[in-house]
Formats: sequence, C-alpha cells, structure tokens
Amino acid sequence: MDPMRGQQDDHPGGHDRAGGHDHPHGRGDGHRLPVVGAGIDAGHAHAHADIWLSDVTAGYGDRVALEHVDLAIEPGTLLAVVGPNGAGKSTLLKVMAGLLVPWHGRVEVLRAPAGREAHRIAYVPQAELVDWHFPVTVHDVVIMGRYPALGPLRRPGPADRRAVDEALEKVGMAEHRGTQIGALSGGQRRRVFLARALAAEPDVFLLDEPVTGVDTTTQEDLMDILEAEAKRGKTVVATTHDLACAAQRFQQVLAINRTVIAHGPSSLVLDPAVLARTYGGHLLVLGGQAVVLDDAHHHDEAAPGEPHFHDDSRSKTP
Amino acid sequence: MDLGNLLLAPLELGFFVRALAAGVLIGTVCAVVGTYVVLKGLAFIGDAVSHAAFPGVVAAFILQGPYLIGAAIAAVATAIGIGYVSRRARIRTDTAIGVLFAGMFALGIFMFSTIHGYVGDLFSFLFGYLLAISPGDLAALVLLSAVVLVIVAVFWKELLYSTFDPLGAAASGLPVERLEYLFLALIAITIVISLQAVGIILVVAMLVTPAATAQLLTIRFSSMMGLAILLAIGAVIGGLYLSFWLDVASGATIVLVQTGLFVLTLGLGPRTGLLARRPGGRAA
Repeated sequence: MDPMRGQQDDHPGGHDRAGGHDHPHGRGDGHRLPVVGAGIDAGHAHAHADIWLSDVTAGYGDRVALEHVDLAIEPGTLLAVVGPNGAGKSTLLKVMAGLLVPWHGRVEVLRAPAGREAHRIAYVPQAELVDWHFPVTVHDVVIMGRYPALGPLRRPGPADRRAVDEALEKVGMAEHRGTQIGALSGGQRRRVFLARALAAEPDVFLLDEPVTGVDTTTQEDLMDILEAEAKRGKTVVATTHDLACAAQRFQQVLAINRTVIAHGPSSLVLDPAVLARTYGGHLLVLGGQAVVLDDAHHHDEAAPGEPHFHDDSRSKTP
Repeated sequence: MDLGNLLLAPLELGFFVRALAAGVLIGTVCAVVGTYVVLKGLAFIGDAVSHAAFPGVVAAFILQGPYLIGAAIAAVATAIGIGYVSRRARIRTDTAIGVLFAGMFALGIFMFSTIHGYVGDLFSFLFGYLLAISPGDLAALVLLSAVVLVIVAVFWKELLYSTFDPLGAAASGLPVERLEYLFLALIAITIVISLQAVGIILVVAMLVTPAATAQLLTIRFSSMMGLAILLAIGAVIGGLYLSFWLDVASGATIVLVQTGLFVLTLGLGPRTGLLARRPGGRAA
C-alpha cells in the first residue's frame, strides 16, 4: 500500500453500504448531531456514518491545521464546510480523502480506514491547484475519473465512454468536449471537474471550493447536481466561502476553525452567534444577514511543496 | 557530389548506421519520458540525475566494469534519493537537488582526477560520441529502451492522471507516491541510455527540448507525445548527418538542431508564435 495511507487501525463498522441505503433523505431528528460538539450517541453515529472522525489532529510540518475533530456524516448528506481562511477546511477534506495522515485520531470513510475505499471516493481539488495549461481537453479530464477503476493495461471501453458522455451532459459541457481546459471560464472549469467526479460514480464526493469564483447560473446548476446525488444516497462534502449558498442549498453545515465549532442543519449552524465564534473578527452581522469579511479568493493552507497555479480565468465571462 | 550521394554514402558505413539506429531509439525514449518530465516540471531533476551518473561511469572505468551498470546504479540511486529528500526533508526540493547533483558530479571529477593514463573514453561520456557506439552497446540500448517503453505503455493512464492532478488521483486510489518513484527510475534509465549519444552535459536537452517544442504545437497529451517523438527522431537524423558532413561533434549538433526547432516553433508556431492570434484581439 501507499505509505501515506492505511496507518490507522482497521476498524470496520457494523453496516456495509448496502445496509446503509435505506435512510431517507432528510431523516428524522433522532439521528441529528447536536449543534455544538460531538455526537451524544457516538456508537450509533459511528455505525451509521459514511465519514467518521474521532479526535483527529492534523497539520503540515510542525504547523497544526486541525485539532480534536470529532465528526460523523451519514450517507445521503449534503454538507457544507465553512470557516475562515486557515480554518482547516481543505485539510479536513484531505484527511477524509486519505491524502493526509493525521498526527492523532482515527478516520473512517465508508466503514474502512481513510484511503482504503479510495475507488469509491471522488476528490476535486481547488482550482488553484490545477495546471490549466496542461495539454488535456475537457473529455480527457473527465475520462480520468474512470482510470482508477480500469487499472493498468486496460483501455477505456464503451461503458467508460458512456459514463463520460452522461457526466458531460449532466454538467452541460458536452459541446465543449474537445476544448483545452485552459480555454474555459472559471465556471466551466468547475463544471468539468464535477463531471470527472460524476464519471467515477463514487459513493462519496469530497469537493474543495466547487462553487468559488463561478457565476450564479453555474452555482445553481452544480448545486442541483450535488443535491440529486445526495438524494440518491451519495455523501457530498464541499468546502465553501459562500455562506448564502451554504444556507440556501446545503442540508447540513459544518462550521470549523481549527476544530469543530458547530455541526448540524444549516438553519441552526448559520446563526450569528455561531458564525461570530467561527469567524471571530472577520464577520459582520447586518440586520440578521451575516457578511464574512474575508478574502474568498485566497485559498487556505497549501501543503508544503504543493504546486499552486493561479486561476487566470476569473475575469472571463462563462 | 549530389544530394542523394550525400545522404546515401554514410549509410554504407557500419558505425554511421549503428549511430542512426541508436540515435533514433534514444530520441524516441527521451521524447516519451520527456513528455511527462516537461509536464511534471522535472527538467532540473533530469539535469541533476545525468550529472550524478558521472561518478558511476568513472567507477566502472576504474574497475573495468560495464559503464552502463555503473551509470545506472549512480543515476537511479540519485533519482530515488531526490524523491525521498524532497518528500521527507524540510528543505526545498530545488535546494536538495542542487546539493545532491553538485556533490555527485564533484565526486565524479575527483575520481576522474585520480586516474593516470588514458581517459579518452570518459570524455565521450561528458560530451557524447554517438558515432563510436559498439554493437554490444547497441544491444544493451535496445533492451533498456524496450524496458522503459513497456513500462510507460502499461502505466501511461496512471502517470498521466497523477501528473495532471496528483491529489485527485491519489484520493481515488492511484498509488501516486509509488508511481512517482517508478517515474524517477524511468528518468534515470532514460538518461543512462542517452549518455553515450549526447553526454552528461547535454542529455537534459534530449529529454526536454522535443517535448517542450511539441507542447507549443498541440493541446492534447497523446499528440504532444507523438510530435515529440517525431521532432526527436528528426533532430537525431538531421544532427547526425550535419555532424558527419561538417566533421563536428555529433551530440552538440543534435542538441543544436533540437534547440533550433524549438526556437523556430516558438517564433512561428500557430499557438505561441509571433504570427499567432493573441487572446484580446491583438492579431498580427
């Protein structure tokens, strides 16, 4: 195995995926986590969770990015992760994706240690981490979503091409399949990466800033797609700077600032008192409407050595 | 002497035909591996690994062993060492490369200076001498080239995905770290088989220049690799003939032809050239 991975104890939960699908979307309040702190019924939450973190502390070098994070996310959840820059949103996603092994604590995804069920996970990095001058077309990027399941030697077949076509159709990029990715607008680039995630047909979506820097039409389209995936029982975790989007389009919100400040239904978490604790001095409350005084275009915690490509598309129209 | 004679006369010479065959093979392998090197931004590692092969070559010379083995051990060890240091140590990758490659090259020169007597063969590793390639060298070259090309053929998808988006690839289950080490080893082998063609100092050009030229011409990965192969083979053939006619160093001539093609493409290419349409309407 990859030495980055699989260092947690093997700790299979009681339910397999097939058993977990009978939860209706927006299930009863009995399963809901309290707004602040860890679950009361921790064992129950663990057994039912698609993503489960227990006392996770993680960082880069000697810099702590996340501390004592406890979290359980059930299948079919559409969760927004909000918090100021440097709050550890991207780090949390990387820990869930098995890209970063925590210093302390346990992480289980799909009832296995993080990274073990990788072929059932689709991760989309921030736009800044992608080299947009890379010689690949829209189609080339989306079909990459099929590569891990294919394995070496096997070439993409009809089933893979169908999955790519469907994904491109869903995100409305079918007519741009032959376009080099650098020629796309910011919104189109996010659509393409969501299409790659869809083409992989995962059970868990981990999306870093999927709607940052996109126009409202694209934002609505992408959120409709994610909502539909959650309704099918897929788990969707997305970081965002956009509190209005988190409030209107996400079923649950996780507010973090190095540790979990609040986790629960968006209406309860996106409350001025909780947000003030999450954002500290960077939040302005105007007549019940929270305004984050934050640079939303500045991404947080690039890992050491991580390439960083500036997205030069923001000024273009979609 | 007419043109046909100019082209055909050298082909009656065994050493020239061997040089052509070796050059075409080296050009192909370099272009294939170089396409990933350019896209990964590893040109500096290529330069470092080629210099690091020098002490291995000198050691093989002193011990009268096969130079290929000496160069391969030194190059692969350095490539893997760079991969390890850049992942684990708390210094910047380019600094780690600078330290390792200068140190290894210094070791080579140090060992070189202890040899008293004939060292003519060693100079061919510094500057390359394709026309001196022996049938035995050519056989080893064919074997190693086949190994590199087969590995790339097996893992091209995985290498492409992990080059383009290492995080996304690793999260969806590709063994990105192991692919990285595998690729560093491929770079090392490619450099070792190219040493005799253009020498330690110029081998990075074989690796990088055709692929960089191809990137100026296309928006697709597969056509970038195909064009890089064509450009590399063209430069090898053109450079070998030129060096033969003018009686000048073959390695340097090949690299100069490659560089010339790059400059020409940069200047006149459809996407980047002076005649290209610029976004923003400033068309020439």
